Amino acid sequence: MNQQTQHYYLPAPSYWPIIASTALLTLASGFVLFLNHFAPGPYVMVAGALILAYLVFGWFGVVIKESVGGLFSRQVDHSFRWGMGWFIYSEVMFFVAFFVALFYARNVAVPWLGDTKLLWPHFVAHWPTVGPGITEASFTPMKAWGIPAINTLILLSSGATVTWAHWGLIKNNRTQLKIGLIFTILLGVTFLGLQAHEYAEAGFSIKSGIYGTTFFMLTGFHGLHVTLGAIMLTVILFRVMAGHFSAENHFGFEAVAWYWHFVDVVWLLLFVFVYWL
Amino acid sequence: MSTTTATHHDEHHSHPTGLMRWVTTTNHKDIGTLYLWFSFVMFLFAGSMAMLIRLELFQPGLQFVQPNVFNQLTTLHGLIMIFGAIMPAFVGFANWQVPLMIGAPDMAFPRLNNWSFWLLPAAGTLLIASIFVPGGASAGGWTMYPPLSIQGGISQDMTILALHILGISSIVGSINIITTIFNMRAPGMTLMKMPIFVWTWLITAYLLIAAMPVLAGALTMMITDRHFGTSFFNAAGGGDPVMYQHIFWFFGHPEVYIMILPAFGILSTVIPTFSRKPLFGYHAMVWATASIALLSFVVWAHHMFTVGMPAAAQVFFMYTTMLIAIPTGVKVFNWVATMWKGSLTFETPMLFSVAVVCLFTIGGFSGLVLAIVPVDIQLQDTYYVVAHFHYVLFSGSAMAIMSGVYYWLPKWTGHMYDEKLGQWHFWLTTIAFNVTFFPMHFTGLAGMPRRIPDYALQFAEFNMISSIGAFVLGASQLLFLYIVIKCIRGGASAGDKPWESADTLEWTLPSPPPYHTFETPPVVK
Amino acid sequence: MNKRIILSLSTALLSFFTYSARAEYALNLQAPVTRVAHEIYDLHTLVLLVCLAIFVVVFGFMFYSLYKHRKSVGHQAVQFHEHKVLEVVWTVIPALILIGMAYPATKTIFTMKDVSDSDMSIKVTGHQWKWEYEYMGEGVRFISNMATPQDQIDNKAEKTANYLLEVDNAMVVPTGKKVRLLMTADDVIHSWWVPQFGVKQDAIPGFIKEAWINVEKPGIYRGQCAELCGIHHGFMPIVVEAVPEDKYKQWLASKKQELAVAAAGADKEWTKEDLLANGKAVYEKNCVVCHQANGQGLPPTFPALTGGKIATGPIEGHLEIVLKGGKTVMPKWGPLLNDVEIASVITYERNALGNSVGDMLQPAQVKAAR
Repeated sequence: MNQQTQHYYLPAPSYWPIIASTALLTLASGFVLFLNHFAPGPYVMVAGALILAYLVFGWFGVVIKESVGGLFSRQVDHSFRWGMGWFIYSEVMFFVAFFVALFYARNVAVPWLGDTKLLWPHFVAHWPTVGPGITEASFTPMKAWGIPAINTLILLSSGATVTWAHWGLIKNNRTQLKIGLIFTILLGVTFLGLQAHEYAEAGFSIKSGIYGTTFFMLTGFHGLHVTLGAIMLTVILFRVMAGHFSAENHFGFEAVAWYWHFVDVVWLLLFVFVYWL
Repeated sequence: MSTTTATHHDEHHSHPTGLMRWVTTTNHKDIGTLYLWFSFVMFLFAGSMAMLIRLELFQPGLQFVQPNVFNQLTTLHGLIMIFGAIMPAFVGFANWQVPLMIGAPDMAFPRLNNWSFWLLPAAGTLLIASIFVPGGASAGGWTMYPPLSIQGGISQDMTILALHILGISSIVGSINIITTIFNMRAPGMTLMKMPIFVWTWLITAYLLIAAMPVLAGALTMMITDRHFGTSFFNAAGGGDPVMYQHIFWFFGHPEVYIMILPAFGILSTVIPTFSRKPLFGYHAMVWATASIALLSFVVWAHHMFTVGMPAAAQVFFMYTTMLIAIPTGVKVFNWVATMWKGSLTFETPMLFSVAVVCLFTIGGFSGLVLAIVPVDIQLQDTYYVVAHFHYVLFSGSAMAIMSGVYYWLPKWTGHMYDEKLGQWHFWLTTIAFNVTFFPMHFTGLAGMPRRIPDYALQFAEFNMISSIGAFVLGASQLLFLYIVIKCIRGGASAGDKPWESADTLEWTLPSPPPYHTFETPPVVK
Repeated sequence: MNKRIILSLSTALLSFFTYSARAEYALNLQAPVTRVAHEIYDLHTLVLLVCLAIFVVVFGFMFYSLYKHRKSVGHQAVQFHEHKVLEVVWTVIPALILIGMAYPATKTIFTMKDVSDSDMSIKVTGHQWKWEYEYMGEGVRFISNMATPQDQIDNKAEKTANYLLEVDNAMVVPTGKKVRLLMTADDVIHSWWVPQFGVKQDAIPGFIKEAWINVEKPGIYRGQCAELCGIHHGFMPIVVEAVPEDKYKQWLASKKQELAVAAAGADKEWTKEDLLANGKAVYEKNCVVCHQANGQGLPPTFPALTGGKIATGPIEGHLEIVLKGGKTVMPKWGPLLNDVEIASVITYERNALGNSVGDMLQPAQVKAAR
C-alpha cells in the first residue's frame, strides 16, 4: 500500500444510487403488475432486472477499480469487514423469520388445529401435513436420507474447498486458489442441479398446505442464496484470473467466502429441521 | 508525503450543481438534508390525512368520507408517519450529526448512504400510487393483519413492495451507521467517550438490522399467501393468522424503540446544554438504552394479548413489558437530575425537550397500564391505545425531532431561527397536542374501538374536542415550515457555538460547516 | 408552599377519578357486571393511582427545578453528574412497585382463562359484518345484524339513543351462570367485546378461542367488534341480554319455535310479490354494504349487480354463488341465511335494482341445492 492509502477514501458523486433505486422501483412495479395478471408485468420486470444487472456490474465494477487502484486504506478494509458481517447478520434474521414459521406451525398451529374438533372433526395433528382443510390425493413428503443427504456432503465439501482456496491465496499459491475456487463453484452448481431435480420430482407442491409452504419457501430462499453465492464465487474466480488479490489484501475473496459459509450453515439447519426431524 | 490532506476524495474533480448535486451526492451533510426535507414533506402529507380523519370524526354519522376511504386514510397515515416521516427524520439527524460528533470525514460508505436515501422516493412512489389504483389504497391498518390483508387488492401488493424497499434502505443505512461508529471515530474517542446521541444511534442501528429482515419475512409470507397458494396464515392449510402477528410484532416492537431511542439521544444532548451541566449518569444512560433494546425483543406479544394465547404466555409478556419500564424510568430520572440544580434557560429546543420528558412519560404510563393483561383486555384496540402511541410517538419522537431541528438549525444553516416564532410553535403544538390526544384516554376507557369512521353517541363530546385540537395542531406545523424556511434563507448569524454549554465536536466547526469536515481527524482527550 | 400545591392538586385529581367512578363512566371503564370486570376495574384504578403518584413526585421535582434553577433568577449550575446511591434506589423502588402490581394482575389472568365447570356453551362466529350465535346442544343458531338504519348514519334521520349499538337478534344468557364462549370467525379476524363483562376475545378463522362470562345482574349490555375487519368494522355491534334463568328458558323455547317456523316457510309455495318484498328486506340487511342500495357495487372488489353477469345469467349460477360464496370476498350465505331468505333475495336481485330477468326462485329449490 502506498502513502495515499493511509487515508479514508471518499467516493465522488455518483449516479449508481439513483440507478439502483430506479432498478428496484421498476422491478417492484413489474412484479406487482405480474402478480395481478396485467400484461405489461413480465416486461416491466425484465426491464427492471436488466437495469439491475447493469447496476450490479457497474457499481461493483467501480468499487473493484478503486480497490485495484490502491485507493482503499486498512481502515476502509475494516469498514468492508464490518459491513459484510452485518449484512450477513441481516440475512440470518430473514431466515430466522421462516424458521420461526416452521417451528410455530409444527409446535403450535398444527397441534391446536388437531384439538379443534368443533371445526375440523376429521383432522388429527401430525407432521408433515397439508392441513385440515386442504384435500390432496397423494402427498409424499421429502425424505432426508437420499439426495438431500448427498447435498449436505456437497455443501460441506464446498466449504472445505473454499477454505483450501483461501489458504492457497495466503500462501501465494495461485493454482491452489484457482482450483479450490473452481471446485467450490462446481460443487455449488451440482447442489443446485440436484435441488432442481428434487423440486421437479417432489410429490407435493408449494400449495400442499403448511408442509409444502415451509418446505419450498425455506429451501427456495436458500437455493436463491446459493445461486447468488455461486455467481459471486465466479466473479471472484474471474478476478483471480485477472491477477487481483494479494496474500495480504483480498477482502473481496473473504467476503464471498463468508457468504458461502453462511449459506452452508443455513443448509445444515434446513437439513436437520426441514428434511430430517 | 501527504500530511496536509488526510482524506483522499475524488469530489474535487467533478462537482455537480443544481438537481444533479442532490441526485449524485455522497456527502453526509447533503444526504442528511435530503432525509430531513423528505421527512418533513411526508409529515405534512400524512398529517393532512389525519386532518381528514379528524374531520370525519368531528361528529357522529358519516359526513365526509365513506368507510372504505376512511380505512385507507388511517392505514396510510400510520404507514407514512412511521416509515416516511419519523424514521427518515432520525436518519437525517444521524447523517448530519454522527460523522461530525465522532470527528469522521463522512460515513463509512458514502455512496451506499446516498442509495439509502434515494430508495425512499422509490418506495414513496409505490405507496402513493396505490391510492389511485382500482380499489384504492391498502385499508387493513398499518399492521396489515391477514386474512384481511389477503383480501386486499393490488394496492396491498404495492404496499408490500414499498415496505420491502424501505426495509432495504433502513438495513443498508444501519450497516453504514454501525460501521461508521465502530470504525471511524477520531483517535482518543473511546466508546464511553462518545456523545450519547451517537450511542443511541449505534443501538438503534443494531435494532434495525435485526428487526427489519423479520418484517421482510412476514411481508414475503403475506405475498405468497396472496398469490402463490402458500398457507402461512390459512388454518385450512395448517397455518395460523396469528402467526403473522407474532412475526410482525417481533419486528414491530423493536420498531417502536427504533423510533424513540434517537429521540432519547436528542433529549440527552439538548437538556445538558440548556442546563449548563453534564448529562447525569452517562454510563447509566448507555446501559439503560442497551437494556431497552435487548428487552424490546422479548415483549412483542403485548400487542396481541387478546388473540387467545395461553395464560402462561400472557404472564411472561406482561412481566417483560413491565420490566422495560425500569430502564425507561431511569432515563427519565436522569434527565430530571440533569436539570436539577442546573442553570436553566428555555430557548425553543429546551422547551420542546422538557415537554417531551413530561409528555412521553405520560405515554409511558399509559403503556404500563396497557401492560397489565386484564386491563389490556378492556383497552386493546380502543382509543386508549391510540392515545398511548401518540403520546410516545408525537410528544415523544416528533417533538424530540422538533427539538433537534431547532437545536441544530443554527449549525446547519449558519443562521439563528426566529426565537419568538419558535416559542409560538412550541406552545401551539404542545397545547393543541394535549387537547387532541388526552381525551382519547377517556374515550378508550369508555369503550370506543379504534379504526372506526363513526361512533356511538356517548363518545361525541370528546371526539369533537379531539378534532378541534387536531386542526390547531395541524395548522401549527405550517408555522414550523415557515420558521424552517425563514431560517434557511437568513437570520442572525449563529457563529460556531450559539449554545454556550454545547460541548460536542460539531460546535468546534463553523456554521454552516464546510462541505468536507474532519478530513484530518481531531484528537480527543 | 409548593408541597401544599402538589398535595391539593393530587387530592383534586384523585377525587375527580373516584367521582367519575361513581357517576357516568364517561371518563372511566364502564360499570362492571361480572366478577372479572370488577377485578379489571380495580386493577386499573390501582395502576392509575400508582402512575399518578409517581408522576406527581417526579414532575414535582422537575417543575420545581424549572422554576428555581433558572439562569434568569441567577442560579449557578452545580456540576455533578452521578450519585450511585440515588441511582440504585430509583432503580430498585420502581422494580418493587412493579412486582406489587404484577401479583394481583397474574391472579386475574388465570381466572380469565379458566373455562372449566361451565354451565352452558355458546359458539360465537364473526362474519363480515355480523355475529352468529349458536347455542351448543340446543339447536338454536341465529345471526345478529346491526339494526341502526342507514338513514341515521347518513344524517338523514335523527340518531337514537343506542346508535350503532343495537341489533336485530341479541344474544340472551341467564344471569348467575358460567357461560363458556367458543369464538371463531368465518373470513377475517374479528373480536368480540362487551366492556361491562370484561371480555374481549379475538375471533380467529379456523381456530376456536375460549372465554367465559358469568353475568351478575340482569340488563342489556352492548359492545362492538374490536379488530379491524373491513369496511363495516364499525358497524357490527354486540348486544347481550342477561335475564334470570327462567326467563332465559322461556326465550330459548320461543327461539326454537321461531326458527322452526322460518324453516317451515321453505316448504310452501311463495308468490313473486312476497318473495320480492321479503327479498328487499334481506338485501338491505345483508347485501347493501357491498353491492350498494342501487346495486351498483364498488368495483372491482364488490361487483355491480345491475346488469351483472351472474345476476342476469342462469339462475343456477346465481344460487351457487350465493350459497357457496365466491373465490373472492363474497361470503357463503348458505349457513347464514335460511332457504326463504336466499330464495327471496335472489328473486329480488334479478327483478329489481335495475334488472328484470323475470324468473324467480322457490325456497324449496334452495333447500334442494344445499
